[in-house]
Amino acid sequence: MKLRLDKPWKDLNSANISAVQAQLGVYQVADASGTVVRIGMAGAKELFGLRSALTRELQVLGPGHRFRVEVNSQYQSRWRELLMLHVADCGEVPRGNLDDRPAHLGKIG
Amino acid sequence: MDLELSEEQRLITETVRKFVREEIVPLEADLDPDASELEAPDDERLVAMVKQMGFYGLDIPEEFGGPGIDLVTRTLMAIEMSQHRAGLYAPCYDVFGGAGLAQLFEANDDQKERYLFPTLRGEKHGFFGLTEPSGGSDPARAIETTAVLDGDEWVLNGAKIFISGADVADYGIVFARTDANAGRQGITCFIVDADMPGFHVRRIVHTLRSTRYATELQFDNLRVPRTNVLGEPNKGFAIANDRLSRQRIPYAAGCIGVAVAAQAMAISYANQRKTFGDFLATRQGVQWMIVDNEIDIRTARWLTLEAADRAEKKQPYRTEAAAAKLVATEASGRVVDRAMQIHGGYGMTKDLPLERWYREIRIRRIGEGPSEVQRLIMARDLLGGSFH
Repeated sequence: MKLRLDKPWKDLNSANISAVQAQLGVYQVADASGTVVRIGMAGAKELFGLRSALTRELQVLGPGHRFRVEVNSQYQSRWRELLMLHVADCGEVPRGNLDDRPAHLGKIG
Repeated sequence: MDLELSEEQRLITETVRKFVREEIVPLEADLDPDASELEAPDDERLVAMVKQMGFYGLDIPEEFGGPGIDLVTRTLMAIEMSQHRAGLYAPCYDVFGGAGLAQLFEANDDQKERYLFPTLRGEKHGFFGLTEPSGGSDPARAIETTAVLDGDEWVLNGAKIFISGADVADYGIVFARTDANAGRQGITCFIVDADMPGFHVRRIVHTLRSTRYATELQFDNLRVPRTNVLGEPNKGFAIANDRLSRQRIPYAAGCIGVAVAAQAMAISYANQRKTFGDFLATRQGVQWMIVDNEIDIRTARWLTLEAADRAEKKQPYRTEAAAAKLVATEASGRVVDRAMQIHGGYGMTKDLPLERWYREIRIRRIGEGPSEVQRLIMARDLLGGSFH
């Protein structure tokens, strides 16, 4: 597993989301310019895992976005790691995470 | 050792049990199954409740403001505090407060002002940095991180792994080799600030537990003032060793609590689940699993309380702590495994806490010294001498 997600981006639309497996994991959503706007996780409370989480992102963010996923049962620690890496690279969490930023997010680098 | 709980111990134990069942467990229904933190309002409310009960900062010595509860009673409390889904690594989601790093109680006055007191006030957090990529079971030989004196500063180079909490810490206690030819007499303990140039958290080490994760650290010409040596140069191993023995008692207690909770679930399920026309509880195979669970729990409990009793009385307790850690971690793993077997498919789902306990309790046979090292410690004490 590489530290940073480097899988190819896919358009955030219903067809692509329905092809995602209903598993636990983490994901990134980027806007049209390629800026990561949200890092999310699909935990065990999601009815259909990553598929449910991405469906909700599509409803909130609308079209014109892209996503990539990583299936990972250690979604809690991986989610925090991706947030920390984003802070190390960009200085702050993505704007879509400002409301659910963990209270004790660590530092990496 | 008095085998009966005192009236005070009984009252305290029942109070903690009620707190866990009425305040902690209901909150977990809405949390992610792998969560390790409460929502801020719940956290603040429960911390206030614990303070009102007089139990906050349980492990802080009385002279530093702790509640002054003896170690046997604290062990009984620890067994109660882990009886919920997150209980093994986040007992009661930390609302009972922490004591920080025990080594700091032995620090000099200047170090206490800079690190201990801010930690006790909740203003600073520390980590314990011992294990290295070269090994953790034999730190006296495995430590390859070096510290070289340069003027008034020590220069540290090396790496640490499986270090919990370093990414959120303000400082850490780090062990480094200061004499290459002196074995365990060549280790020094340093207090390292996490914002010093040359201090790096390289990655999260993803393991069976998804929360309270470990990290990997790297030190590149990390300059530490001489005033940040904890204790004396080349006498750091004793500081590490003392901590390892002491830590084994609450480590064992947490496992026992999880086993008690798993056993309660197994008994409840066996009395309500029917197969082939009758309850699971009527099947001898299930009955024997329940009985074996009970024997495992009681054995681990008494060994752990015995270790706590000896430590409280300032008697030698290294062998007893090793036995408690060895038996509690292995026995509790068996109990959770049997409880899962009794629950069948449901036991493996994230709907029930057994799945999380099963993953996390496996770590306990390795963390804080694996079972084999506990046997080695006991063999040394029983046979005498030091050997390989």
